[in-house]
Amino acid sequence: MESRPFAGPMTGVQLVDEYFIENRTRLLDLAAFLDRLDRAADPAVDADFRMRAFREAVRTLSDSDGDRVGRIQMIFSDPRTEPTDGLDQKSACGAYRPEKGER
Amino acid sequence: MMEYIDMHAHMASRTTDDYEQMALTGCVALTDPAFWAGFDRSSADGFDDYFHQLTEVEPKRAARVGIRHYTWLCLNPKEADNRPLARAVIEKIPKYLDRPNVLGIGEIGLNRVTRNEVATFQDHLDLAVAHNQMILIHTPHLEDKYKGTRIIVETLLKDGRIDPGRILIDHAEEHTIGMILENGFWAGITLYPQTKVSPQRAIDMVERAGPERICVSSACDWGPSLPIAIPRFALEMRRRRHTERSIRKIIYENPAAFLSQSPRFMLEDATDRNGQKAAPSAPLGAR
Repeated sequence: MESRPFAGPMTGVQLVDEYFIENRTRLLDLAAFLDRLDRAADPAVDADFRMRAFREAVRTLSDSDGDRVGRIQMIFSDPRTEPTDGLDQKSACGAYRPEKGER
Repeated sequence: MMEYIDMHAHMASRTTDDYEQMALTGCVALTDPAFWAGFDRSSADGFDDYFHQLTEVEPKRAARVGIRHYTWLCLNPKEADNRPLARAVIEKIPKYLDRPNVLGIGEIGLNRVTRNEVATFQDHLDLAVAHNQMILIHTPHLEDKYKGTRIIVETLLKDGRIDPGRILIDHAEEHTIGMILENGFWAGITLYPQTKVSPQRAIDMVERAGPERICVSSACDWGPSLPIAIPRFALEMRRRRHTERSIRKIIYENPAAFLSQSPRFMLEDATDRNGQKAAPSAPLGAR
């Protein structure tokens, strides 16, 4: 089998016909999450490293530079290139936590 | 119903009902990599019981519903930072490698990408090379994935003993699948309801990268996960208007081709429903 990328069998309008409603729902879920955070009125949220990455990812959603999913993955990724010296915690938390003094 | 092979399913943590659901939806074989039990084990001795479960108990449980059960042995990356434990467990593994359902070493890899985890990963590679074993590799799940995958790929490429075609690097996502495939490895995509890849995104990756050397799996374990994630993926491919031959390529032929590199992996039913050998696949999307 030849290995080559392609856009998929569906036209753009067919994709919209099939997938608009469920993605509309996802968008509303995101909006509701952000509204919920606003209602909490907790200033700590704005300083939280996860929410800083989250808001940057939301901005990326609405640009037109392509490969949004790849770029958003990298927004959440640890940019370091070397292994760490010790285990800090067992599980990941979803966004890179900068060391003190970083960004 | 289309037959499929689940490359990554932690059945040791699942119920008999899950085996039945998988059989009812077309699963003919699965591979069960060693995993973290949800807690750190207190000693290496606990792994003797676990390896017994993977090589003796689960194959019988699967066989009751007609599924072939295969396994991979190791210390999972979640416990790999503990070097004394890792060394003790790795010493135990060779005596299990001759069991008839053992395909190789896995799922080894990295979790939080510590120096100790990298050292344990290297120990597992040495073990696999010494015993000519295939390898199944775990990559970290969230913010660590890119960094961890990159270090894993670099480590493997520097090791002249490694054949990339006998290694599957699992939990690939949009930002890592390129570096896996471009370096000759097989890429696994694990389908999860929350933390990993949805069927929609998995299909996007197949469309963008092409279908060669890509497998999908449920990776089901004790956390939120779906043992029948692969038939749901197939359903989503149909919804996206991919052909049945394209679906079969991803969920059956690719895993069969990768796993058949082990002489232990056998599928009696590598024929289609009419008893004929499966025809070569059409290009993905051809109609």
